[in-house]
This record gives sequence, structure tokens and C-alpha cells, in this order.
Amino acid sequence: MIPLGHVIIFSLIIFAIGVVGALSRRNVFIVLMSIELMLNSVNIALIGISSAVGNLVGQVLAIFIITVAAGEAAVGMAIVVALYRNRFTVNVDSFNLMKW
Amino acid sequence: MSWIQLFFYVFAVLAVIMALMVVTRRRAVHSAIFLILTFLCFAATYVIMDAELLAAIQVLVYAGGVVGLIIFVIMLVGAEEREVKQAHGQWLIAAFVALLLVVEVAFVVVGTLWNPTGALASKMVPAGGNTEALGVVLYTTYLFPFEVASILLLAAMIGAIVLAKHKLER
Repeated sequence: MIPLGHVIIFSLIIFAIGVVGALSRRNVFIVLMSIELMLNSVNIALIGISSAVGNLVGQVLAIFIITVAAGEAAVGMAIVVALYRNRFTVNVDSFNLMKW
Repeated sequence: MSWIQLFFYVFAVLAVIMALMVVTRRRAVHSAIFLILTFLCFAATYVIMDAELLAAIQVLVYAGGVVGLIIFVIMLVGAEEREVKQAHGQWLIAAFVALLLVVEVAFVVVGTLWNPTGALASKMVPAGGNTEALGVVLYTTYLFPFEVASILLLAAMIGAIVLAKHKLER
């Protein structure tokens, strides 16, 4: 069967792609999508480890992560709508209201 | 190499390619479409890793709900950036963090490829299937976190409505 290390490598690569996307893109939607990618990579690692160890606790934790990610997406989209109403742009560089 | 193993690697490589497309596309709508494809590939790998319920949740909640919400808001806001420059001023920091992550991935690859331990269990399907076993664990041992998650979802829903309302009536 599949070695656990390969699942972890898969998860790490997805996480790295998500980090680079969240840090380097200017479009706020793509930043939020990269954050979703990072949360999903954690789910992959949890499910792989749960399958390798042989109990279901990892899958329960993955369900909670999916819950948190859904709430985060809803609140994030509401923040984007509120920001667009004030700034008329989706460029992350122009959201510098709280910058010191 | 068995067929199941082959399918895992096929879907993993497809997911990595789709994730790269999500990060590199110019228009946000294209990124969202590729994000749906990425989540479907993730669901396929979940099935191979004996997590059938989570695969269904992945398709319904992520590919259906979250990305649907993102596409709705992209259409609602309707602000596609027409500028040439897509990466912003902190690309140096991003490159540094990416370098650290590449080193980390290389470390894990070198550590695991030569002595692969802890293979995934061939079959760990309990009596009644994955869904029933997961429900028993979720509603007995993890009942309190489950309730906390429901409160969290309620708070997120109220917060999203309050934030997205046009003007607060006083």
C-alpha cells in the first residue's frame, strides 16, 4: 500500500503552494483560496495518519477543521465585501488602513 | 504497484498541478474553477485513504459550498484587476518562506523515501462502515467539541451577516 511518507510529502507540497500563494498574490480572492488550500493540506495529513494508525480520531479532527474553514470562508467573504464597499478594489496592497 | 496505489499517485499529481494553477492564474474566476478541481482530486485521495464520509463532505462542503460562495462574491464584487503586476511588494519575504518550505519538503523526502515506514492500513473499515464508526466517535467522545463547533458556526454566520450588511440601522 501507499507509504505514509508519500502522503505527508503530498500534504507538504500543497501547503507550500498555499503559503506562496497567500504571501505573494495581490488579489484578495486568490489569497483566501490559498488559505483554503493550506487548511486542506492539513486535512490530507490528518486522514493519512488516521488511516496509518488505524483509528478514527484524525478524521474527527478533519471534520472540525472543515467546520472552521467553512466559517472562515463566510467571514472572509463578508470582510471582502465590506472592504470593497469602502475602497472599491480587491488589491491587498490598498488595504493599509491599520498599517503603522 | 497495485491499481489503488497508482490511482493515489495520479490524483496526487493532478491535485498538485491544479493547486499550482490556482496560485498562478491571473483571473480570480479561473483560480476558483481550478480550486474546485483541486478539491475533487483531494476527495479522490480521501476515498483511497479509507475516509469515504470525508470525501463526500469534501465534495459537498468545499467544492459545492465554499467555492460556490467564493464565486458568488467574485461575481458580486466584479472587480478583476487589469494590472500587469500580479505579485505585490513583499515577494522577497514570500520567496524566503517558500525557500524554507522547499528545504523542509526536501528534508522530509530524503528522510522518508529511503526508509518508508508506516504504510497505510490495507483495510480498516469497521462494521457498519466508515460513516457509522465516525458518528459513534463524534457523538460520544467528541460531543463537547461538536457543540462548540456549532456555536462557532452560529457566531460566524451572525458575524458574516453583520459585516456584509449595507448600513447598520441605529
